[in-house]
Order: sequence, then C-alpha cells, then structure tokens
Amino acid sequence: MSAPDRPLDLHDAGTPPVEHQSRLREVLGTLVQNRLSVLGLVILAVLIVLALFGEAIAPFELNDIDVVNRLQGPSGDHWFGTDDLGRDVFSRVIIAARVSLQVGFIAVGIALAAGVPIGLVAGFYGRGVDSVLMRLMDILFSFPAVLLAIAILAVLGPGLRNAMIAIGIVYTPIFARITRGSVLSVKQEVYVRAARSLGASDARILRRHILPNVLAPIIVQTSLSLAFAILAEAALSFLGLGVQPPEPAWGRMLADGRRFFQDAPWMAIFPGLGILFTVMAFNFVGDGLRDALDPKQKSVIESRGQTT
Amino acid sequence: MTGFVVRRLIQVLLALLGVSIIVFALIHLVPGDPVRVALGTRFDQEIYDRLVQRAGLDKPLLEQYFSWLSNALTGDLGVSFRSGRPVTAVVLERLPATITLAFGALFVALVISIPVGIVSAVRSGSKLDYVATAASQVGVSVPDFWAGIMYILLFALTLSWLPPSGYVSFAESPWEWVRHLVLPAVTVGLISGSILTRFVRSAVLEALNQDYVRTARAKGLPESRIIRKHVLPNAWIPIVTVIGLQLGFLLGGVVVVEVIFAWPGLGRLALIAVQDRDFTVLQGAVLYIAFMFLMINLVVDLLYAYLDPRVKYE
Amino acid sequence: MTGAATSGEAVLSVRDLTVRFGTKRGPARVVNGISYDLAAGETLAIVGESGSGKSVSVLSLMKLIPEPPGKIDGEVIFRGRDLVAASEADLQAVRGNHMAMIFQDPMTSLNPVMTIGHQLTEPMEHHLDLSTTDARTRAVDLLELVGIPSAARRLDDYPHQFSGGMRQRVVIAMGLACDPEVLIADEATTALDVTTQAQIVELVQRLQEQLGMAVIWITHDLGVVAGIADRVLVMYAGRIVEEGLVDDLYADPRHPYTLGLLASLPKPGADRPETLFSIPGLPPDPIVLPPGCAFWDRCTYRLDAACRSDVPELRTVAPGHKVATHYDITAESP
Repeated sequence: MSAPDRPLDLHDAGTPPVEHQSRLREVLGTLVQNRLSVLGLVILAVLIVLALFGEAIAPFELNDIDVVNRLQGPSGDHWFGTDDLGRDVFSRVIIAARVSLQVGFIAVGIALAAGVPIGLVAGFYGRGVDSVLMRLMDILFSFPAVLLAIAILAVLGPGLRNAMIAIGIVYTPIFARITRGSVLSVKQEVYVRAARSLGASDARILRRHILPNVLAPIIVQTSLSLAFAILAEAALSFLGLGVQPPEPAWGRMLADGRRFFQDAPWMAIFPGLGILFTVMAFNFVGDGLRDALDPKQKSVIESRGQTT
Repeated sequence: MTGFVVRRLIQVLLALLGVSIIVFALIHLVPGDPVRVALGTRFDQEIYDRLVQRAGLDKPLLEQYFSWLSNALTGDLGVSFRSGRPVTAVVLERLPATITLAFGALFVALVISIPVGIVSAVRSGSKLDYVATAASQVGVSVPDFWAGIMYILLFALTLSWLPPSGYVSFAESPWEWVRHLVLPAVTVGLISGSILTRFVRSAVLEALNQDYVRTARAKGLPESRIIRKHVLPNAWIPIVTVIGLQLGFLLGGVVVVEVIFAWPGLGRLALIAVQDRDFTVLQGAVLYIAFMFLMINLVVDLLYAYLDPRVKYE
Repeated sequence: MTGAATSGEAVLSVRDLTVRFGTKRGPARVVNGISYDLAAGETLAIVGESGSGKSVSVLSLMKLIPEPPGKIDGEVIFRGRDLVAASEADLQAVRGNHMAMIFQDPMTSLNPVMTIGHQLTEPMEHHLDLSTTDARTRAVDLLELVGIPSAARRLDDYPHQFSGGMRQRVVIAMGLACDPEVLIADEATTALDVTTQAQIVELVQRLQEQLGMAVIWITHDLGVVAGIADRVLVMYAGRIVEEGLVDDLYADPRHPYTLGLLASLPKPGADRPETLFSIPGLPPDPIVLPPGCAFWDRCTYRLDAACRSDVPELRTVAPGHKVATHYDITAESP
C-alpha cells in the first residue's frame, strides 16, 4: 500500500478511504450481535431515562426526611430501605444517576478536548514537539489515577466542577497516546501524502484526512474512559472531595452508608450496585465497539476465510 | 548493558526533576498560606515563624526551589508542616505496608489472570472463554471501595473469619500480617486480575496466530508443548509490560482501599496530606511514587532483554 | 530426472479434497474437489494466483488449518492411511516426521525467542527420540547440508541474527530434520530476492536428488516451476484446471488460464521485463462461485454455451496431460 514507488492515483487521493454510511451500519450490526454490548446499551438507555426524569420516577422526594422510619430495611414502601435520616434510598439512588453520568460525560469531554489535539499535533509534527508533549503526558500517566485526581483537587479545591476537571486531566494522556499512535500509522498512507502534494494545509490534512481515520480507537477509548471516569468520580465523592451534599451521589451515599453498615447494609449495597451497573454498561459497549471497529482483530477473523 | 542502565538512570533523574518542578509549581499556585492552614486552630506565631523559616517560604520562589532541590539530593525532603517530623521518615515508614499490599494484590491478580487468560485464549470462542471474558468485564467494573466494604461486611463482621481492618507488621506476627492482608489484597487483586486477564488473553491469542506457531504444528509437536515452548515465551513479552504497569500503580498506593481498611500506606498518607494541606509531605509522597513507577519501568525494560533476544541494550 | 518419476508408485494420493471455511456471509469454498497422486521422488508443482486455494489445499493435507472455521472433506492417503480421518495424535506422528512443510516467509515462520538449534532439534527429539547431543550433531549436519557456514557455531544463535536467505535455509533444514518422504514447500522463495531464490531452488533440487524425497512445490510463478518440477498442476478457484508434465504444459498449454500465466512470464534473456501481460480481472469470490466455469468472466475463449452453466470436468487430452475446459483451444485458436 505505501510502497514509495507506487504511482499516486490523484482521483482517488481526494477522499480518505472511509465510507461513513455503510461502515456505520456494519459497526452497529456487529455491535448488536454481541450480547453483552446489547445488555450494556439497554442499561445505558435506562440510566439516561433516570438521569432525565429521575425526580418524576422516584417514589419519594430527594430529601424527604422521616426520622421515625430511619434505617429501615428494604420493604414494599422503601425498596432499598431508608437511610439514617429516614430518606428513601431507592429514590436517592435513582436521582443520583444524573450526577454520575454528567461527571462522566463532561470529564471525558475535557479529556477528549485536550488529549486528541495534543496527540494529533505530537504525532503529525513529530520531533521536538512530540517528545516534549509526550514526556509531559508520560509524567501525568505515571501516577495512579485517583491519587493524581486528589492532588489536582488539592490545588483546585473540592467540589463537583473541580472533580470533573481533575478527572478530565487524569484521562488526557490516554487520549493523547492513542491519537498519536494512530496518527503515526495513518500519516504515511498514500492519501495523506497525496493531499500534501496537492498543497493542502496542515490544518486541512489533520482535519479532513487524519482525524476521520483515527476516530475508531478514540471512540472505543471514549466508551471505556466513561466507565473509568464514573468510577473515579465515585471514589472522589466517597472521599468527600467530589459531589457535595445535599446533592446525592453514589460515592457519597456509600461513604455515609459505611458508618451504619452493620445495622443498615442496604445503605452501602445499593449505591454500589448503581456504580457497578453503570460502569459495566460502558465497559460492555466499549468492548463491543472495539470488536466492531478494531481493524486488526477483524482481519484475523477475515483472513481465516481467505488464506492462500 | 551497564551503559544502558546508567543512561536510563539519568533519564529517571531528569524525569524526577520534571515531576518536582511541576509539583513545586502546583503547590505554590495554591491560594492561601500553607503553613497557616496546616497549623489550623493550633496556630502559634513562634511555631509559625520557625516553620516558615525552616521551609524557606520567606525567600523568592526560585531560591526556595533550588534549596529544596539541593536538600532533596541529600535525602532531606523538609519537614511536615503538620507534625514537624522529617518528610523522608514519614514517607519511609509507610513503605512496608504499601509494598505488602502491592505485592499481595499482585499475587492475587497473577494467580487469577495467568491461568484464566491462557486457557481463555487457547480455547477462544468456547463457553469457558465467554464466561471468563464476561467475568473479567464485570471485575473491572467493580468499585474497589464498595467491594472492600462488602468483604468486610461478609468475611469480617458476619462470618468473623478475618479482621475488618488494620495492618500488623511481619516482624510482629507473620500470621496476623497475612490475616490482615487478605481482604485488602483480594479487593485490589480481583480488579487488577480482571484487567490482567484481558491482556494475558489477547497476548496469548496474538502469539497463537503467528506463523511460527503454524511451523511448530507442522513439526508435529503436541499442542501442549507448542503452547509451553512457542506461544507463552512470546506472549510473556507484552504481558510483562502490563504487569509492570500494574505494579507501578499499586506501589503508588491505593487510596480508597487504604482508607477503608485503615491501611497505613502511601495512598492514605497522600490523602491526609491533601486534606491537611501538608504540602511538604505531599511533595515527598508524589516524588516517591514517581520514582517507584520509573524504576519499575526500568526493570521491565531490563526484563525485555532477558525475554526477547532481539532486544539488546548497548 | 524428468519423466521417469511419474511412473513410480504413489506415496501420496489425494482424492476429491474439499476445503470450506465458515464465514459470516456463508461458506467459502476454497478447495473444490481436487485429486492427484504424488510419486516417490517426484517434484510436483502446484501453480496458481493468490486466492486459487493452492496453499490451503496443501495445508489441509496435514490438517494444518483451524477447524472450525475450516472443514476438510475427501481423502488424503499417505502411508496406507487416510489423514483426513486420522486422529490428532496420528497426525502429529506424521507431521514434521514423514511429511514436512516449509513456509513462505522465513522472517515470521521461525520463533523469534528460541535459538535455531533448539528449533531444529525439537522435531528430532520428539519424533526420532534422539538425545540432545545426537540431535545437536544432526542439526549441525543439516545446517551444513543446506549451506550455512560455520554451522556448529551458529546453533545457539537466534533467527534475527540470520539474513532472509539464511533463515530460509534454516527453515528448510527444519523440514528435513526427520528425513521426510514428502516435503511441501509453500511459496518457499516468494519472500526472497531473485539471487537468493535461485540459490534456494537449486538447494532443494540438490537435496531431493541426495535424499530421494518427493516434493510438492507451491508457487504463483511458472518461471520457477520450469527449473524444478517434473509435473505441474494449475489451480484456479479451488479446482485443478490443467495437469501435465512440465515440458508438455509449457509447449502445449490447453487451458486459457495456463496460457495467460505463461504469457505473463518475462521473456528469457530480457534482463528487465517490459510491460508484462497480466490476465485482467480477479479470481471469483469463494463464497459466491459461479455455476459454470469459474474462469468464465476472465476468459477470452468462452465460446461454448456450457461455459456459463456447467463446471468443466478434467479430461485427458494427451497421455498424462489433462485439462478442464469446454473448449479445445489448440484446435482453432483465435
């Protein structure tokens, strides 16, 4: 494909070899065949409904305090029991879905917005720019995720907004690395060299020719990072550094539940299940996407049919 | 080889220098007077002045950095704003618990991931592979702090098999050391193991699809020998990298699990330092964590040369 | 050696060998009922484009394709036993021992983290029960036989320490380790440069004369075949379309495909090939094979109505020369 003496087909060179329509259908087709991915998509759909209409669905108000009925076990009235203030755990778990998804999406959005351009620039220009940017990313990458987020929160101060920024920074290096790696392999392709020989500007080449062809690994990583971002938010909220009361967050509820967990284990069990299912859903979808999008895995399966 | 190690050690030092500059800059970006915050309600002008002077906070920033750096090179990382104790000692006393938990968790992770990953790859597409893959997907999704709490609830509080929290040094009682280690190591190890299982599986699968495996089959070797002699020695190379990465992270401390099990490790030290704004301690802990990570990477690179004859370090 | 070998007794008989691969779009019919005999000491070339099923057909002889997604039918009679029906243990006793294989790419077909000495002695220790010392002695002999200089000193080297041509010699030595009756070379020179190619071809010829084994030589290059083979099978879309002694086939090709392959060879003597003729079009998709002759849409002689509807049978046109066409191209060539 990239033999240097191969004559360039200029007619062909204008558009990168990505057929959006049929590709999308093919990816969705493969995704739907994966049972775990379908399960993940179903869970995500339920979560999004809960995030949008949580208050309407929940049987009780978020802060309906009912001290008489405090620390009640699960029952017909209170499916997940009540907490130390007599609030309905089921309602709080449902309503907390919103903040979890919100933190996940915004934090990963930050990581994408920072990491992808860094990776594009580093991979495309190489040399000094590459080594400075990637060394910096390596340093960030060398810290355990939660610890790095805590250190950043030490500077920024605790709270929901800062937690999202901190998690965003923590996951920036992964996007930078993946983007850079893909750019390095794509930029030698014929259509990129052709576009350059036709005098396209760097910005145009990056946007029109390179970005569309490095999207697959980025999409896969986005889904997996959403899972980890939600885990990280839960950990930070558990430590009291993330979402602040009275806003409900699964991590925070778990931390509160921990103080009563001998008497009222449901206070800790159900918010934890909320985290588990959400993270699992993103992991299932991300893994399915990887199978559908990763051309390397695919070629292994396909080449088996056509070996000569 | 020696030349390579020396060059890599210089790189490690340079990277640490970079880390120290970043950490130093970050800490001095924090609004407010760290010493005043650290002293909190116990504020005393005399102690305050002494700490400020000892930390050199009254001098220009650049001078502060270089004096901190020259001290750091002799192993003196300053004193804790909070306790007044030397940071080096504070960090070092956290090492035994940190290392114990890191290796305990890694042990659990390897015992699970290596056999499951190999079998999953060799029988890829089978029911067993499907179950293992699904289980590892669930495993990586489990919040460690929640799992830890559930284990405490079940194995410590309900069944009373194991202590719910705390750390006992090996010297004090080897038996208690193990008993206290089990729950936190399993909490962390199951998650680490789920991640590693996926990597082991894909590394083995990758090696299984290589031409030299077909060559080995064409020689008429039994499948077990092919796996042992041809597939695994090649699969180890990427697996070792991931194990190194995991160990690097574990040695940096697992904050939330340490909090839950009241484990006196580095993660909890860093968390407390953040909460107390005890920045000299935070700086020391961060430097140590970076150092550990970089050294593990160096060891992994050296292991490469042992595992892969194509890699030679001049 | 030409000619004489064909009358010898068959060491290997392939009968109606069929190989399919299950794919998402349906079964890919890669090999579609091929039959041939291999005589002792004979060199048989199997020629075809990539995608013709030639490699799969020989990999299937020792069941070296993954099942599933592959599925092998038919008979492969070797040493009085049908290998298609044989157990895995019986197959292992044949592989590398009585029937050995050399693969295309010497860069990838050797294990990068094992010394070549170890890779060479492995089949000897396994099949011949040789001690490590004996196996190493034999390994040195074999390396010398295939022309590796200072063989004894190179036994503990790793593959990356050898050049491409030298690695292919090592691969050949590995194939010879247990003195096989049949050696299969799958595009064994394709990955090498022209000079090395010639050396390897010469080496295999010499070894065959010395050791008296039968050789199946898989290639897409009819030029290589002329120098090495006694007999040629031309494969297209998983079927044998022409079969004959090498001289007959070159002098009197009967299938349009063979004709096309010959036309695409560079003229002898021309040191730079001018614009080469190549057959337009691509081989058919093995998942949707046409009902008639698979070569139909690329053929310039498709004059008979049956070409479209019926698969042509292999028929004898001269002693030892068979062709699968509906149309006899020598009778009235355009």
